[in-house]
Amino acid sequence: MAALINVPAKAKRGDIIEIRTLTSHIMETGFRHTVDGALVPRDIITSFTCRYNGTEIFRADLFPAIAANPYLSFFTVARESGKFEFEWIGDNGYSSTASASITVE
Amino acid sequence: MPTTRRQFLTLAGSVTVIPIVTPRPVEATPAMLNTAIRNIVGEAPIRTGKVKLDIPPLVENGNTVPMTVSVASPMTADDYVKSIHVFNEKNPQPNIGHFYLSPSSGRAQISTRIRLADTQKVVAIARLSDGSFWQVAADIVVTLAACTEEVN
Repeated sequence: MAALINVPAKAKRGDIIEIRTLTSHIMETGFRHTVDGALVPRDIITSFTCRYNGTEIFRADLFPAIAANPYLSFFTVARESGKFEFEWIGDNGYSSTASASITVE
Repeated sequence: MPTTRRQFLTLAGSVTVIPIVTPRPVEATPAMLNTAIRNIVGEAPIRTGKVKLDIPPLVENGNTVPMTVSVASPMTADDYVKSIHVFNEKNPQPNIGHFYLSPSSGRAQISTRIRLADTQKVVAIARLSDGSFWQVAADIVVTLAACTEEVN
């Protein structure tokens, strides 16, 4: 699944940086009906995690009230060069990952 | 006194007037909002302040509403925001999201896009590292609701 990740490529040690993520997902609420009255089953991302060189720095529990193609933005302190890993987990065994690198000077 | 046919029909007629009870509420109620908040907060008091909720007061399309929650906090190892919880009043269920931070977040601020099914109140609550809870509420007018349309 396609994900858009926005992490600064470079930062000074100690800088507070913003991380923005967007992933494509229908986020079907489970509250909608088809024209003939059948309930459309829920299919959402329930959990998002961001790890910075293996340490969890941000986590979110998501609900049907999060818009389709979930966008999340949060902050972290640039400590060291390395890798951010992102993971989305959802209904029906949904799982997707992405990563981004940063150079800290 | 024996029941006359006319009396019987009047009674029978009045019975059918009883409204049909829907099996499931179509929207969360303020009581459900309270329950959802208490599930997170427990019995702790919730004070107003510190939390800022940036959300447009008038929304044309409830399917995607940008929202930013920020908390006034130094984000140091002994004074930081542990989590931010966002709730709504009238969507089919009261939770919007739980966001977990740490001192390494540097800044207690998160943004996302949410769905709003009706004109309603959105509540953001922050849990601080000292165990206190702070909240803010915003009223949003929604012209086109989310969640209610049919799927083609």
